[in-house]
Amino acid sequence: MTALATPDQTAARGVAPTQGLRKPRRYGRILLYVALVAGSIPTLLPFVWLVRSALMQDAQMFVSPPQWIPSPFQWSNFSESLTTQPFARYFLNTVVIAVISVLGTVLTCAVAAFSFSRLRWRGRNIVFALLLSGVMLPYAVTLIPTFVMWQELDLIDTIAPLTVPSWFAGAGGGVFNIFLLRQFFLTIPFELDEAAYIDGASPWRVFWTIIMPLSKPAIIVVTIFTFIGTWNDFLGPLLYLQNEENYTLSLGLASFQSMYITQWGYLMAASAAIIAPIIALFFFMQRYFIEGVTLTGIKN
Amino acid sequence: MRRLETRWGILMALPAILGFVIFTIGPMVASAFFSLTDWTIGASPNFIGLDNYATMVQDELFWKSLSTTTYYTLGAVPLVLIVSFAVAMLLNQKVRGLAVWRTIFYLPTLVPAIANVVLWIWIFNPDFGLLNSLLRQGGLPGSQWIYAESTAVPSMIIMSTWGFGNTMVIFLAGLQGVPRHLYEAVSIDGGGAWRRFWHVTLPMMTPTIFYNLVVGVVGTFQVFNQAYVMTEGGPNHATLFYVYYLFRKAFTESEMGYASALAWTLFMIIMVVTFLMFRNARRWVYYEMAGAR
Repeated sequence: MTALATPDQTAARGVAPTQGLRKPRRYGRILLYVALVAGSIPTLLPFVWLVRSALMQDAQMFVSPPQWIPSPFQWSNFSESLTTQPFARYFLNTVVIAVISVLGTVLTCAVAAFSFSRLRWRGRNIVFALLLSGVMLPYAVTLIPTFVMWQELDLIDTIAPLTVPSWFAGAGGGVFNIFLLRQFFLTIPFELDEAAYIDGASPWRVFWTIIMPLSKPAIIVVTIFTFIGTWNDFLGPLLYLQNEENYTLSLGLASFQSMYITQWGYLMAASAAIIAPIIALFFFMQRYFIEGVTLTGIKN
Repeated sequence: MRRLETRWGILMALPAILGFVIFTIGPMVASAFFSLTDWTIGASPNFIGLDNYATMVQDELFWKSLSTTTYYTLGAVPLVLIVSFAVAMLLNQKVRGLAVWRTIFYLPTLVPAIANVVLWIWIFNPDFGLLNSLLRQGGLPGSQWIYAESTAVPSMIIMSTWGFGNTMVIFLAGLQGVPRHLYEAVSIDGGGAWRRFWHVTLPMMTPTIFYNLVVGVVGTFQVFNQAYVMTEGGPNHATLFYVYYLFRKAFTESEMGYASALAWTLFMIIMVVTFLMFRNARRWVYYEMAGAR
């Protein structure tokens, strides 16, 4: 991470696969696909197992040797598992927390990135380096005092501890987003800003009407990363949410696991239902993930 | 303009700066202070100097959790690096349906941590789980997986390898940055695929490997979810990971002072390990002629 790739090079490099690699010969191609298929089996098998279990009656799950096709297909596992616990409520809670966090992170990180990339002020680089240094700090170090702080503020069992930090540029892990956005902003020609300033625009106006619209790919990356991060978070909700009404999906699933240890079909169905939206999101957005990582120039 | 820029510059960086002060520096300092007190929830803290750290040296569970975590890190990090590098190499070829392949290999990483843990509890089930079912079908003896002291941590290492996606994505980005003319040079000299890998890909990828190594070590030192949901630190403390032990001290036993000392010790351990890795890196990480590209 010493030398960051200069942004224009990074952008020019693009995200097309296999630049420069010649097409392998035919037997090489066959070998390649064999390897891909072989590699995806252990990756996919647990999912297949999850889905088949989600659709089985409990009795069929325990048959040995194991059966792969449910008979009959127990579709009711889905509807029943999702209604025995207020998963709709958990879903809503999770969405609310995720949306507030995404908005806060994107907005405050972009503003900071703008300041660190396109406004010259004394101490700018020192402050930025300081922020970056925080990335290596183990979360365990800040865990206890942060918890105590929210407790003192009497905000335990509210969504404040889970959302407010995101409005401070995602505090902690958010620095990565500032870094990513800054890298992207540096690729935009500075003449645009200068022209706008001559026309009397304020820095905020330049940020909002010029830089932001030109930075959609980077914004999308930060949005996806933050959304998935919040969606999957477990420790945060575990620490700060107590009343079952306020649970998120992760927390709901964990309590479901300890409660319904015998009803595996329900448990599997609930797990599958929680995973599905994320998989759909990723499938349609996966290009941006790769792009986003390339953009940051992490490789150096 | 200059003054205007300064004013706006600081104003716009302010949320980030405040966030850093309130949620990073402040808690860090507070944690250091707590670690020097005997503070338990409900009582007022007394300054006890380094007593917590002295207690720690004699705390069997501290050593147990530290060695368990080290064991896990030493197993999981190399395995994840090798698997994700291999898959990244595959996905860097011209293949049909690249989006589908990428999604398949990234899938496990997307699974919410808790759904992941729930799924693997079930896969590891000695009586009717996926792994033992497969083994039995192949005529092999099963295992107790997470339910026996000797196999609990290896099982979790297997589970962690399943989520190699993030590491792989970074390798993939790195691979795409390897300058193509280097491959051409090797080809002109008559070198085959192996030479291209050994003399171009691998040396050019050492910075990425190093980055993933550091991130991997720092990450695995802080595992929590598996221990909390899967095994509750058992059997017989075999999966008492460091952060889980810390969590238990702080939020179950309310020993905030002692837990803070654990947190700072972890911080210092990670600092030292990271420092050693960086110092060692000079020997094998190849930084290309910066800017020569």
